[in-house]
Amino acid sequence: MSTLTHLQRLEAESIQIMREVVAECDNPVMLYSIGKDSAAMLHVAMKAFYPAKPPFPLMHVDTTWKFREMIAFRDKLVQTLGLKLIVYTNPEGLRQGINPFTHGSAVHTDVMKTQALKQALDHYRFDAAFGGARRDEEKSRAKERVFSFRSAQHRWDPKKQRPELWRLYNTRKHKGESLRVFPMSNWTELDIWQYIYLEQIPIVPLYYAAVRPVVERDGTLIMVDDDRMPLREGEKPMMKKVRFRTLGCYPLTGAIESEADTLPAIIQEMLLTTTSERQGRVIDHDSAASMEKKKQEGYF
Amino acid sequence: MAHKSDLIAEDIERYLEAHQHKSLLRFITCGSVDDGKSTLIGRLLYESKLIFEDQLAALEADSKKVGTQGGEIDLALLVDGLAAEREQGITIDVAYRFFSTERRKFIVADTPGHEQYTRNMATGASTADLAVILVDARKGVLQQTRRHSYIVSLLGIRHVVLAVNKMDAVGYGREVFEAIVAEYRDFAHRLGFEDITAIPLSALKGDNVTAPSAQTPWYYGPTLMQHLESIEIEEDLQHRPFRLPVQWVNRPDQDFRGFAGTIAAGTIRPGDTVRVLPSGRQSRVARIVTRDGDLGLAVAGQSVTLTLEDEIDISRGDVLSVADAPPGVADQFQATLVWMHEDHMLPGRPYLMKIGTRTVNASVTDLRHRVNVNTLEHAAARQLELNEIGVCNLSTDRPVAFDPYQENRETGAFIFIDKLTNDTVGAGMIHFALRRAENVHWQALDVDKRSRAAQKGQKSCVLWFTGLSGAGKSTIANLVEKRLQALGRHTYTLDGDNVRHGLNKDLGFTEADRVENIRRVAEVSKLMVDAGLIVLVSFISPFRSERRLARELMDDGEFLEVFVDTPLAEAEKRDPKGLYRKARQGQIKNFTGIDSPYEPPEHAELRIDTTAMTAEQAAEFVIGMLADAGKLAG
Repeated sequence: MSTLTHLQRLEAESIQIMREVVAECDNPVMLYSIGKDSAAMLHVAMKAFYPAKPPFPLMHVDTTWKFREMIAFRDKLVQTLGLKLIVYTNPEGLRQGINPFTHGSAVHTDVMKTQALKQALDHYRFDAAFGGARRDEEKSRAKERVFSFRSAQHRWDPKKQRPELWRLYNTRKHKGESLRVFPMSNWTELDIWQYIYLEQIPIVPLYYAAVRPVVERDGTLIMVDDDRMPLREGEKPMMKKVRFRTLGCYPLTGAIESEADTLPAIIQEMLLTTTSERQGRVIDHDSAASMEKKKQEGYF
Repeated sequence: MAHKSDLIAEDIERYLEAHQHKSLLRFITCGSVDDGKSTLIGRLLYESKLIFEDQLAALEADSKKVGTQGGEIDLALLVDGLAAEREQGITIDVAYRFFSTERRKFIVADTPGHEQYTRNMATGASTADLAVILVDARKGVLQQTRRHSYIVSLLGIRHVVLAVNKMDAVGYGREVFEAIVAEYRDFAHRLGFEDITAIPLSALKGDNVTAPSAQTPWYYGPTLMQHLESIEIEEDLQHRPFRLPVQWVNRPDQDFRGFAGTIAAGTIRPGDTVRVLPSGRQSRVARIVTRDGDLGLAVAGQSVTLTLEDEIDISRGDVLSVADAPPGVADQFQATLVWMHEDHMLPGRPYLMKIGTRTVNASVTDLRHRVNVNTLEHAAARQLELNEIGVCNLSTDRPVAFDPYQENRETGAFIFIDKLTNDTVGAGMIHFALRRAENVHWQALDVDKRSRAAQKGQKSCVLWFTGLSGAGKSTIANLVEKRLQALGRHTYTLDGDNVRHGLNKDLGFTEADRVENIRRVAEVSKLMVDAGLIVLVSFISPFRSERRLARELMDDGEFLEVFVDTPLAEAEKRDPKGLYRKARQGQIKNFTGIDSPYEPPEHAELRIDTTAMTAEQAAEFVIGMLADAGKLAG
């Protein structure tokens, strides 16, 4: 008899979750953030429904401040895989010119990400949305359900979360209510990287070290991805060999100096590093309970 | 993530190769706050070097602020959630932690151990292969140790670690350890565990957690980590008869029809004969399709897509099985039910039951007994409350394929869902099918409801009058029946008060009794509808779910709900039987409208506002509806 490896078991669990949503929900969507977790999640989805294509669209909530390489990668990937992609940007925010430089990370994230996501889900009447979040990312996520129940106002109410036993997920909801579903809940950062390596899943080149223009700002290396970035007095872009551990809006995503330009080297660096992956994200530093609060408000 | 293998630095590709072959172990930790459970999990994470520097810095800060170790690092804080959350005290839940070693990846379900958290422990145990049961060496085996062990065994866990913690506080005494182990084994032998491994340890000091302790030279067994890394969790599931609950039918085009699902037991190869349950049809597996190419073998735990050689009708909820050892098919079961909701479980109340990939209507027909989770004693009960466990008989509205939970967790487990709120309210484990389900078949008769009703020149139905006591239900029903009889129709009235003198005289007025009261009346109505009659039911029937139960017993269009809508103040003013007065004086308990709720219908076929029309007008109104619905013609 063959013993399944931990990655085989994680993959089987994720596939089962995705199929359950497709079988029981009316109008699901997969939130695709272009990062490595999304890459792994999408790869699992391609397997789950083969030979059919995943029977739901992908949706990218675009703040307009993503790295240009992310957008190029996204467009090429959906074309190669033959999938439907919805790109949604908060039209209000766009009109008001919301950006992380003048409005700060909190406002920018709220308007262009949290609000935009709620608008998009309402607009397309999606009743279930897959997200790539993992329980190991952060303490408050350790208790998150795989099927996370949201009110018609997209609020997350701890009392309304349902017990999840065995593989028996309760997907029932009233009109207007929705589910956020996290098929990768039980994967860790190392599992994701190992899976990407083993399955040769393409990822955005920004994860690999390369010489890129960066400025050092408030102790963080920020890449000058386009000419919208206002340089402060005395700031001058330097060419450094850097890479990114997580990807988001370029002004809010810190680079690390690195020589890791292959997958094994990235994994090696990740295993030997002494700081957690979220450390590079500017939005987490607000307060200890910040993620919990954002979750209640509808941030993924 | 400073994993401590030298291989990482020296030869990352070899390290990755090794780590690809890791297996997975899911376990649950049980213990109360004071047993040091959080400290133990924190210790496991810490020792497997999964703590980052930024997290460690935060931990040090937290330890100084709220720690219990006098400013020393308090490992428990690693797993106790956010500060804000701790203060709000909403950590009453299951948290999942992850760590891995060279040999295994671990998923830990961490649940609080207080009495009211049976629900959480059952949840955490449902996906675990092993349980670590913590005992404080100073306190020994407590009532809660027994409770945790019982729940763990109930959920089918066969491997237990008895972690005797805080050995440092008892001077690492061998006798203390051995006495606790002996007492535990004596108690646990009736719980059916396959193995119990007892380990003396100190989560606080790290003794016998990952490294053997010099403090316990008398102990020759494995450390906790060694044990977790090496225990063989049966590949037993692969040796059991093949089961695949069909989750989704994959039809991308006319030429492909695949049955997708996760294999619940056994193995499958192309060419194997499979049987479809409940239909009983057979075919052979043509292909096992995956994106990485067809497989020659698939095993329990894998999510696969099968195609069959024959075109047979299979849909979501069916179970594919090996032909010569199929699962049972039944619509009545005995099962253990764990109740998980503030609203009580009431026998007779209809719930949705999800078993495997099938969802059916189900209700508890008989609550046999409640189990005291502390003493394991049985007690008679009429309902189950939050965190209570009971053994009951269930009835489903359709036959379902199942295995006893003892034989297969995937095909023997179910959840109960409330039909109105959609909450998950209960979880259960099937023991066996009740024999009568197999032996008592419905007799199909030549003379049927239709012909009986046609003979009477009508279509049979139920007029269900609901409303407060004193609303005018019986008065109106009486007038309607007189009119119908004058029209030459065949009727019968079931009156709430009258029925309580005979059929239901054994029932009182508790919530459980009220549900049973309605169930019996609904079943009698159903028989009368089958006899071809127009049945008038005059019943307060305050709860939506019970009226829904009655509605669902009938065929479409047969149940006509008439809401006799009289405001409470008006009904109380009329008070024809003087009952409101008594209720107000506290002489009658659970009186609808006073100290028990009335849930007005949301979709009644007819609403009668008794403040706007007389009883005679109301009766005409009802007759008009019957005529419009075609009930007065054969």
